[in-house]
Amino acid sequence: MTWFSNLYQHAIVKKAIMAVSGLFFFGWLAGHLLGNLKVFQGADKFNAYAEFLRTMGTPLLPESGVLWLVRGLLTAAIILHIWSATSLTLLNRRARTSDYEKRQGLQLDYAARTMRWSGYLVAFYIVYHLMHLTWGNVHHDFIPGDPYANLVSGFQVVPIALVYIGANILLGFHLYHGLWSLFQSLGLAHPAYNPWRRHFAITFSIVMSLGFISIPVAVLTGVIS
Amino acid sequence: MKLTLQVWRQERADAPGSLQTYVVDDISPDESFLEMLDVLNERLEEKGERPIAFDHDCREGICGACSMMVNGQAHGPRTRTTTCQLHMREFDDGDVILIEPWRATAFPVIQDLMVDRFAFDRIIQAGGYISVNTGSAPEANLMMVPKDDADLAFDGATCIGCGACVAQCPNTAAQLYTAAKIGHLNLYPQGQPERDERTVGMVEQMESELFGSCSNFRECEAVCPKGISIDWIARMNRDYLKAKLKGVNRR
Repeated sequence: MTWFSNLYQHAIVKKAIMAVSGLFFFGWLAGHLLGNLKVFQGADKFNAYAEFLRTMGTPLLPESGVLWLVRGLLTAAIILHIWSATSLTLLNRRARTSDYEKRQGLQLDYAARTMRWSGYLVAFYIVYHLMHLTWGNVHHDFIPGDPYANLVSGFQVVPIALVYIGANILLGFHLYHGLWSLFQSLGLAHPAYNPWRRHFAITFSIVMSLGFISIPVAVLTGVIS
Repeated sequence: MKLTLQVWRQERADAPGSLQTYVVDDISPDESFLEMLDVLNERLEEKGERPIAFDHDCREGICGACSMMVNGQAHGPRTRTTTCQLHMREFDDGDVILIEPWRATAFPVIQDLMVDRFAFDRIIQAGGYISVNTGSAPEANLMMVPKDDADLAFDGATCIGCGACVAQCPNTAAQLYTAAKIGHLNLYPQGQPERDERTVGMVEQMESELFGSCSNFRECEAVCPKGISIDWIARMNRDYLKAKLKGVNRR
């Protein structure tokens, strides 16, 4: 622990931790999207997938063992990600206490500039998403054990579907800057693959964002019912 | 040309400052930005007012002394150009030009547009050198340097230490400067024995100078008068993380 706390006081290490935890979110999100898209295969397949998440790893591991392991890792990653971001933000505030009358943005893109805000909003969205479709305490008609029905009845409420669509657009922006940025933070740069870092970040974030948005849109348009 | 300048005036480091407006006319488009300030200063002195203090030295774009934000951009609107090499033809007659000092906790204002950039020197002192034994010069071809490495190292070595990267950075980070200074030495065979100590020493000195952290905004690269790429920052991150995982600490 002393080893870790000694390392953790350095800004570049914090940034590397943000990159590694971010990388973990990307992998998890890809799996989450792949699983959720089964909603297009109908209630049986989707609910069977939800059941698989609980039974995965049995009988070697206890029921829900893998699920709770992943949940634990995600929680740890989120805590480290937000903790590092907060501490770096405070460092940056201290680094310029009297600001310019005017400072022009030159290569600063929208995603990079709004990283902090998209981060806050995505964090709120995650909590809301859990309360809505995992715990069900903000869902108007939650049926434990029937995720397909909960998803469809949840997204049939137009304002809720719009919140999901908006949040996933923001998530796309956050992913785009994060995915490109983590290469830099981990020291992965070479003229041979530098252009591909951008292409990869753009493609991945668009696929993720549109993939998740497709689900509430499908419910609203009646493709899924 | 007739111009309206809004210039940051601050008597001393600990005195409050403010923007003052000056109207200057009869400016030739062929004058450099600093020559335009010289003209204004002569006129101020004639009127018995204190001239505007600003840093300058070579006035040919290679020393890194000139340092001012012109209309919210370090060294002004022209890319890969220091303020001294910026000419008034880049502006239009009647323009309002805002001139501010570099703003960073690590670069306190000394007077008007002059800031204290010793923080950069302390980063160099923390490892920006290669230790060699003095004595007779070694045989020139004894240590081979690959041409690609030599060329790349030269790109990093072109950094003139002006501080534009810090000034433009939304986070006030000194990564581009530090990375260029570490990186070019880390490319040479002569730089290898001290590689880890240099990287850790300089990065941690940078942190202790109250610079910010890098969010990969790429603003530094856009204003660097020498066009130093943010690839150097990735290189520094790589070298630093490797050294830390090896357990290298600052001496």
